[in-house]
Amino acid sequence: MSATGIGASVRRKEDHRFITGQGRYTDDINRPGQAHAYFLRSPHAHATINAIDFEAAAGMPGVLGIFTGDDLAADKVGGLICGWMIHNKDGSPMRAGPHPALAQGKVRYVGDHVCVIVAETLAQARDASEAIIVDYGVLPAVVDTASAAGARTVVHSEAPDNTVFNWHLGNKDETEAAFKAAKHVTKLDIVNNRLVPNPMEPRAAVGDYDDGEGIFTLYTTSQNPHVARLVLSAFIGIAPENKLRVVAPDVGGGFGSKIFIYAEETVCVWAARKVGRPVKWNSDRTEAFLSDAHGRDHVTHAELATDADGKITGLRVKTTANLGAYLSTFSSSVPTYLYAPLLSGSYNIPAIYAEVDAVYTNTAPVDAYRGAGRPEATFVVERLIEVAARELGRDPAKFRMQNYIKSFPHQTPVIMMYDAGNYGASLKKALEIIDYKGIGKRKRDSARNGKMRGIGFSSYIEACGIAPSAAVGSLGAGVGLWESAEVRVNPVGTVEVLTGSHSHGQGHETTFAQLVSDKLGIPIENVSIIHGDTDKVQMGMGTYGSRSGAVGMSAIFRAVDKVIAKGKKVAAYVLEADEADIDFADGHFSVKGTDRKLDFGSCALQAYIAHKFNGQDLEPGLKEGAFYDPTNFTFPAGVHICEVEIDPQTGVTKIERWAAVDDFGNVINPMIVEGQVHGGIAQGVGQALLEGAKYNSDGQLVTASFMDYCMPRADDLPSFQVGMTVTACPSNPLGIKGCGEAGAIAAPPAVINAITDALGHEDIAMPATPQAVWRAAQKSITRMAAE
Amino acid sequence: MYAFTYHRPGSARQAAGLLAKKEDAKILAGGHTLLPTMKQRLASPTALIDLGACGDLKGIVRKGRTVVIGAMSTHAEVAESAIVQEAIPGLAYLASHIGDPHVRHRGTIGGSVANNDPAADYPAACLALGATIVTNQRKIEADAFFTGLYETALEEGEIITRVVFPVVSKAGYAKFRNPASRYALVGVFVAKRGSDIRVAVTGAGEGGVFRWPEAEAALKARFAPKSLDGLKASAEGINADMHADADYRAHLIGVMTKQAVAQATGK
Amino acid sequence: MATVSMSVNGKAVTGSIDPRTLLVQFLRDDLRLTGTHVGCDTSQCGACVVHVDGKAVKACTVLAVSLEGASVTTIEGLAVNGMLHPMQEAFREHHGLQCGFCTPGMIMSAVDIVNRRGNDLDEKVIREDLDGNICRCTGYHNIVKAVAAGAEAMGGQSMDQKEPPRQAAE
Repeated sequence: MSATGIGASVRRKEDHRFITGQGRYTDDINRPGQAHAYFLRSPHAHATINAIDFEAAAGMPGVLGIFTGDDLAADKVGGLICGWMIHNKDGSPMRAGPHPALAQGKVRYVGDHVCVIVAETLAQARDASEAIIVDYGVLPAVVDTASAAGARTVVHSEAPDNTVFNWHLGNKDETEAAFKAAKHVTKLDIVNNRLVPNPMEPRAAVGDYDDGEGIFTLYTTSQNPHVARLVLSAFIGIAPENKLRVVAPDVGGGFGSKIFIYAEETVCVWAARKVGRPVKWNSDRTEAFLSDAHGRDHVTHAELATDADGKITGLRVKTTANLGAYLSTFSSSVPTYLYAPLLSGSYNIPAIYAEVDAVYTNTAPVDAYRGAGRPEATFVVERLIEVAARELGRDPAKFRMQNYIKSFPHQTPVIMMYDAGNYGASLKKALEIIDYKGIGKRKRDSARNGKMRGIGFSSYIEACGIAPSAAVGSLGAGVGLWESAEVRVNPVGTVEVLTGSHSHGQGHETTFAQLVSDKLGIPIENVSIIHGDTDKVQMGMGTYGSRSGAVGMSAIFRAVDKVIAKGKKVAAYVLEADEADIDFADGHFSVKGTDRKLDFGSCALQAYIAHKFNGQDLEPGLKEGAFYDPTNFTFPAGVHICEVEIDPQTGVTKIERWAAVDDFGNVINPMIVEGQVHGGIAQGVGQALLEGAKYNSDGQLVTASFMDYCMPRADDLPSFQVGMTVTACPSNPLGIKGCGEAGAIAAPPAVINAITDALGHEDIAMPATPQAVWRAAQKSITRMAAE
Repeated sequence: MYAFTYHRPGSARQAAGLLAKKEDAKILAGGHTLLPTMKQRLASPTALIDLGACGDLKGIVRKGRTVVIGAMSTHAEVAESAIVQEAIPGLAYLASHIGDPHVRHRGTIGGSVANNDPAADYPAACLALGATIVTNQRKIEADAFFTGLYETALEEGEIITRVVFPVVSKAGYAKFRNPASRYALVGVFVAKRGSDIRVAVTGAGEGGVFRWPEAEAALKARFAPKSLDGLKASAEGINADMHADADYRAHLIGVMTKQAVAQATGK
Repeated sequence: MATVSMSVNGKAVTGSIDPRTLLVQFLRDDLRLTGTHVGCDTSQCGACVVHVDGKAVKACTVLAVSLEGASVTTIEGLAVNGMLHPMQEAFREHHGLQCGFCTPGMIMSAVDIVNRRGNDLDEKVIREDLDGNICRCTGYHNIVKAVAAGAEAMGGQSMDQKEPPRQAAE
């Protein structure tokens, strides 16, 4: 392994600009003549808009234009779309209402877009917004996930009982039979709390229109600028793709929330032409809370059947998923195909049946957030397993070991064909790291100090790479989920790699360059990674679902292979040998069995000067592209163990130890991979202990700032002990599985299992706040005293 | 923010003159409550009078059995003051735990006391230590100063110039932070001066900072955490919100009081 | 409009600004120093932290007009003559950043911690003193390591290098 090749913890190439304040985020972009947009948002969760009077506002200083949904409709600008069709149990399609970028006649959640004011300055736009008089007909709101279906209040007339779809997966009859025959059934009611993604960079957009060329440019905070262009062109109808450029520059975190095509960027790019000026919008944090797509929000009843030997024989799940007031871009896929197919976890479960009802409510749209469906599934499985082990009097580690899938490939009853893994190895390593043997003594030590200590396991599995395209198409996806790459070799042998993946913290500029430098045997400094601009990169599917390594890098891998193949042809001419006799290794083309060789840079030069070969026999130049469509999902898996100490006096939970052992397949840059694990765990701990978006019964978001929505801070978290095991993924050329979401998927059940262990098995909901833990601890202490 | 005119007087006297002249004027001290409020357009003063250049409002001195803290002293200056650390370490500790380091570099004692946020820390110290709030017009005892949520005895045109803290024999502060905002969910300051014992609670009261007489009585017998065993604060009049209900807050009052006494007695 | 003069990263600057201009707006919009970011509306996230007269403050909660004569250092002013500050170097070396958005505020806060507490920082102190800076990417693990290493490295250089040289604003 070289110091910069595959497997090396190369320091990040992109860091220099970030640590010196030279990152270029969307809000750092200012176009000449730029105006500012301010969105007037609904203060009501549910209301008809009877009239909007903006006569006074239109005449206020600096105002360039005020636009409503009618103006968009008049310009034939379509509504926002949901790109994944789900079918009901009876085969009928899901029931979706329209999603206009600016409201048409009705607002459906607090923060919904009533109209937009474009003015010279943001302050002027905001001033004008206060002079707009909206006549609302306030309607009752439906907010609660569990009771939304069939509520008297209807969010969309297209879904008269507020149910978007009722969907199922698995084998119902076999599952019923398994439960009938079960020796023991473990039952749990679970709420997976609603979260607000909160990347530190709020969303932003700058729309620009070049009248001379008839070209729109949109700078936006996107994880997938090409998908944004596709949707804005083909569905929303802003402009044909050849007349719309989308640029996603440095993006300050996404976690899923910047996958989606939102109202604000749609309106900004459209309005740029309307007012003849570039139009900028930058979300403030309150707007982010109100209008970024939220995550999770499931209510679930789950049951696990076991036989007399403690072997799991069946699992059944009934989930209600809250999708909010409108269907966001990929919302329908999250509680269905990203959720139920993961309900087998790491376990051999012969019968599984899941029913999922998705509901509309008068709340912000809910869509993918780090993990997207897989954290919800893992929480169900790992809580059930832990509680089952306790009910059966089994050691939770041994109970898991007994029920693990041990041979591969393994077909689950819920679509997935697991290709490789070794769950026992990860468990064993995690037990060593956490010092499982010493937990008894540590619990006694804590008890002596008046504290309660507990340990909790999470043996998660996830599916990444979301592929192949034909398979996801058959499940309802509106797009293919491949990735593209183009490798452009310059005449001096330096390389530009154009990728359809987008980096918003993942470090692609380093990891992707490592791969290319390693394969071509050239210095890593000679490789530049280009992404995030539809004018530069032809097409791409973007970054989410931990897919950039497994899919994006595989595309690069293929393109580099093609470059090497072409290079061999060039080298054959230059070295005057047969192409079949040319080898490529360590940055040199050589003739088998001789000392004749040509370094990569010289080969590139020869390819461009084209003196040594006939242009009719071999095209000059050295540039190759590839579209890579994987053969399967990838299945990262691992074991996280969390150890907590609770102060029953205050209810404060302190995480004392964290062992994370993950199998991500082959790893390109361990430093970056570990960083992804750390960040994922922090978000999972946030869900388990701190975070929760709350609406009151009127549909007001009462946690709409960092004052009330608790973000994890440095002193809420410990340092983590991270280990790895490796089973290479057989489904892509690099053997990579994906690491971006693992921590967020693994962490919540580990924390809650640890807390409930400390509390003597007293159940607790997320987030396990100090107040909730204190109350549960008092109950537990009272109960134990009585026993 | 709405537009305003900005004034930067060089002394408290000039500031008072401006305050009297300008309608809808507000005093800007550290700005860590006022500016966020203005940014959200929830306050719209037409004039801001910035006390940042009023040299006479700065400084921390020991005067006999008191510590006198200028109103424009930042939380960091109070926390790091050798005088405060030596005379009333509990007060220095409190100041060192307000907000975060950046907030402590800007936020001031005068601003905090004048604002009387029900979850602010300083009101508990003022009440428990029996501080005197000195304005450009008069001296107000802490007992009479904090009159309700964000309400104080300050009159129109009155500016806090300094806060005078008696040096006590023992003092301590314990705070249970709101996990999100990091303000006090419950904060308790205890002080012992001779036989006078005061326990002041912030963050928990529906009407802002208050004293807890039962704890004061219990600590009179012996100023030690053990004296509080079995003592429970009543949940009546205690705040309830999404972060903590009244029962939990009332319970925390007991726990924090014990911790504060332990700190004060070095146990 | 009001006039304000201050020193920013060692250079004297004068601005004619609306009094409601926040320091962060003055830096980003008037001086085009876009390394200082805005991540919240409630003075909590710390993406906007800069140094004013050597002390870390939240630039979103300070009026620019109130800083007459002050000396301001932003992330752009931390490296001197192209030499990275040891804390910048430590964040890179220890992978203390991912998306980079909180990073300028984190680094400015970290330097401030060292200025206040010295070069030998334990994990608990670092975590407590990062109370005013939120990161959504890293889980803080590597930030804590970076701050400790950066603090130690800052101890290895002479005092006058800890803060970049300033020019009097007068």
